[in-house]
Amino acid sequence: MRITEKEVRYVAGLANLKLDDAEVARFRADLDGILEHMDKLNEIDTAGVEPMAQVLFGQAAGLREDIPEQPLGNEAALANAPRRGPGYFKVPKVVER
Amino acid sequence: MSLSASAPATPEAIARYEPVIGLEVHVQLATATKIFCGCPTSFGAPPNTNVCPVCLGLPGALPVLSREAVELAVKAALALNCRVRPQSRFARKNYFYPDLPKGYQISMYDEPLAENGYVDIVLEGAPKRIGVTRVHMEDDAGKLLHEGFRDSEGCSYVDLNRSGTPLIEIVSEPDMRSSDEAYAYLTEVKQRLQFIGVSTCDMEKGHLRCDANVSVRLKGAERFGTRAEVKNLNSFRFLKLALDYEISRQVALIESGGQVEQETRLYNPDTGETAGMRGKEHAHDYRYFPEPDLLPLRIDEPWLDRLRAAMPELPARKRARFIEDYGLREYDAEVLTATRAGSEYFETVATVSGDPKSAAHWVMGDLMGLLKAEGKEISESPVSARHLGELVGLTAKGELSGKLAKEVFAKMSASGEAPGAIIEREGLKQISDSGALEKAVEDAIANSPKQVEQYKGGKTTVLNFLVGQVMRATRGQANVAVVTELFKRKLG
Amino acid sequence: MDIASLSIDSIREGLLSRRFSAAELAADALRFAEAANPETGAYLRFSPERALASARRVDERIARGEDPGPLAGVPVAVKDVILTKGVTTTCGSKLLAGYVPPYDATAVVRMEEAGGVILGKTNCDEFAMGSSTENSAFGPVRNPVALDRVPGGSSGGSAAAVAQGTAVVALGSDTGGSIRQPASFCGVVGVTPTYGRVSRFGLTAFASSLDHIGPFARNVKDAATLLRAIAGRDVRDSTSAGVPVPDYAALPGGGVKGLKLGLPREYLKDLKSETGALISGGVDAFQRLGCEVREISLPSTDYAIACYYIIATAEASSNLARFDGVRYTSRSASSETLADMYRNSRGEGFGAECKRRIMLGTYVLSAGYYDAYYLKAQKARALIAGDFARAFEEVDAIVAPVSPFPAFKLGEKVDDPLAMYLSDIYTITGSLAGIPCMSVPCGKTAGGLPVGMQILATHFGEPVMFRVASAFEQAGGVN
Repeated sequence: MRITEKEVRYVAGLANLKLDDAEVARFRADLDGILEHMDKLNEIDTAGVEPMAQVLFGQAAGLREDIPEQPLGNEAALANAPRRGPGYFKVPKVVER
Repeated sequence: MSLSASAPATPEAIARYEPVIGLEVHVQLATATKIFCGCPTSFGAPPNTNVCPVCLGLPGALPVLSREAVELAVKAALALNCRVRPQSRFARKNYFYPDLPKGYQISMYDEPLAENGYVDIVLEGAPKRIGVTRVHMEDDAGKLLHEGFRDSEGCSYVDLNRSGTPLIEIVSEPDMRSSDEAYAYLTEVKQRLQFIGVSTCDMEKGHLRCDANVSVRLKGAERFGTRAEVKNLNSFRFLKLALDYEISRQVALIESGGQVEQETRLYNPDTGETAGMRGKEHAHDYRYFPEPDLLPLRIDEPWLDRLRAAMPELPARKRARFIEDYGLREYDAEVLTATRAGSEYFETVATVSGDPKSAAHWVMGDLMGLLKAEGKEISESPVSARHLGELVGLTAKGELSGKLAKEVFAKMSASGEAPGAIIEREGLKQISDSGALEKAVEDAIANSPKQVEQYKGGKTTVLNFLVGQVMRATRGQANVAVVTELFKRKLG
Repeated sequence: MDIASLSIDSIREGLLSRRFSAAELAADALRFAEAANPETGAYLRFSPERALASARRVDERIARGEDPGPLAGVPVAVKDVILTKGVTTTCGSKLLAGYVPPYDATAVVRMEEAGGVILGKTNCDEFAMGSSTENSAFGPVRNPVALDRVPGGSSGGSAAAVAQGTAVVALGSDTGGSIRQPASFCGVVGVTPTYGRVSRFGLTAFASSLDHIGPFARNVKDAATLLRAIAGRDVRDSTSAGVPVPDYAALPGGGVKGLKLGLPREYLKDLKSETGALISGGVDAFQRLGCEVREISLPSTDYAIACYYIIATAEASSNLARFDGVRYTSRSASSETLADMYRNSRGEGFGAECKRRIMLGTYVLSAGYYDAYYLKAQKARALIAGDFARAFEEVDAIVAPVSPFPAFKLGEKVDDPLAMYLSDIYTITGSLAGIPCMSVPCGKTAGGLPVGMQILATHFGEPVMFRVASAFEQAGGVN
């Protein structure tokens, strides 16, 4: 067993995915099988190998100049909002303090 | 959650412990546009107007790094004596919050922009070096509003104008041992960054934000105690108050047999206390990984040299130079180098007038007084540095009496004119020629027989009255020293 | 005119000789597509206003005597993970069911500037995650060649539209094979360019270091023409390459005689018999054309699936975090608290495959597992890329299968996600290395199912890749 139901719930929590009990069980089984295959990587000798996070061609950085561009504007920004206030996005009350 | 259930710590108890403080400072860079997109960073725009697909986190949007943000960040690192890495890498810090549109912040993790720096502070004459662990770049989140709307009971409002604003994070070594040291460190950092134009560092506007990591240990102990993070320190005053409270709280807790928890606490300015934040589950599993949408940032020697050459003189150097070259007192040099704008203003006045000491006097006195009265910054001064320099120069050369100079200064601030123009027009030039003043002196003697009697009788102080008569007659233009000499000669 | 067999050249010829106008063609193409679409479900929606506006612009240019562009009047289908301004873009997900983007992807802008006419948006696996288009929230797509079978995925809709004739060319996206595999399943040409060749700005990100936009077409030349129109440096994509774009469609003459082609021995192991026979036949065809085909070794192949699925899901788990119910995705009705809003909106909105991949990606990045999984996978990736670099020192191009099997039946493989992942073996390697690769029709099985031949080249080696593909196409594949 490579992953437990507890770990599945933890990971689902981190990813903000609500899962019911049946889903937790099913995904646990799926992920367990997949992770077992992932163990293949343990066979490979990667000592001294530089990790390859991106495909790099030695491109120049392509930095942007500090010149303002036309923004989208409020209308367009809120056009697809599920809930909005006057000019704002709206979410359930955030309790922090 | 820790409750303040233990009895407050006594000064004796506190004296047995040594606080260990590190500060994390976030500084908003003074660029015109955001770090990864061309949206303006201007303050006070209506909500969600300075936004675009990139800073809104729309599907398909990609970040493009701003050159100006990099250069300001590098300058900040240089001003903090850091070593700038030839290659640094952005990394994603993943967490969910409504003010974080992408669901991750683009920051830097194990390859930051710069490392291993320091600043020197002076506390009660004793210098101390505070280490700077690292400086890195990241994008700011938006703003949440929890009150002020009809439905604020149940809703929070999200404004993403600020999302994407360029920030640098400056992490200090845990080298500070008191709230005063922390205060001095933050002051020094703020001054340097303001000085080189990297940021306004205006804490009220949120351009400079500070979090503290605080722990205590018995004096002489080797290991660090458990540390708590303290947030919401949005003024220098609160920083000191919060640190003092937290140190005391931790000492009291330990003394009463409790243990300091590793947690995040918020400073409450109303109660003066820090309080643990409610359960932040998964708060620390940010799952950092290298940002695949950005290339590694390469800063080669030629670029670094160009930036070094473009660095303005730092405050400490300027202070030393003012003392050495201009003969200023240490206190005056400090006041005059408090801000870059102020120091440049002063230096112009000093150079134009040719009399740095008088220049210092005028800038610290009359000019600062004027600015304070009118609620203006030095950059908004109604009297230009050049003009003030001319005024001080005229006074130094004896062409304008001190008293009249003040009047001219007032006129200059009202009209913005050069002193020369005002003096010319109103004929205010100081009269120092004894020949020209002779008549006025004789007139005064003739018109004030009583006072002349008193003077001849030995009451020398009455000379002031007689001099005053001449000053009035000449509308203040007479050179007091010359007039006084003339009276003494004529009256014996 | 036979809409279903038009090519870019034949359209251009028809327009310039005034046999028809672009507006007439667009109207006819829309009519045909709307009528034929229910059979396959390739399109999710049509964009007639946009199509006609583009077509009119082409006609105006022609009327003014100006060059109407290399894609003049060509009906194009666009995969629904690519953003089109003002036209609903769903990424195959309930979360974006009504999402209307405020901007166009760069590839879309360039395609329209070249004269292309967007007929509509095509169906795909949700957020491009899948190999059959069965993971779409809006129903599957049927393979036009065999309606009880899948068209492949994730760009199943785009491949099906081109195969069915309801588009002349199409844009798709490929992260681990999502252009090449559907091209193979539907019997059309599908190209995955070098990473960074085409801007990703406006492509909803699945795995940022592996995503590509690429063309589908019914012949190699059309695919090359479309690629040329959309390729090139974009300042809005920091990873886009500044390498100049050659005229891919100007396929050099002289054939492929003397070219050295490599055949990876590790790829020949698990081929199902009919596919294996067709690939073998393809290799014979290359030899008849005068190529030297030699066996090469890509020793890290065995680790490629693990490597790919760790990196891709890790990046995906982060890229999909923005779909949170706050700014533009559908929000759950059960959103009383902030936590509810997040968990329920995402829980209700994402399909099972997306959830699976998000969780896997979150897991491999989480505290304690980063080194064992993600970092290790990055190192394996370097080894895989190294395998190809070494191979291309010996050979000019590599030929390989696209998929171990042809199009399978709808519903046949939905219950075994790992088996689906393992079938990506021939395509994910090229993605990991960032090299250009394409699928060109090789032949058909006894049951009439298409099988594609994959051609891979070194970085920015599209010219030699197209040259080999074109020669193979001219020779009729295995025939």
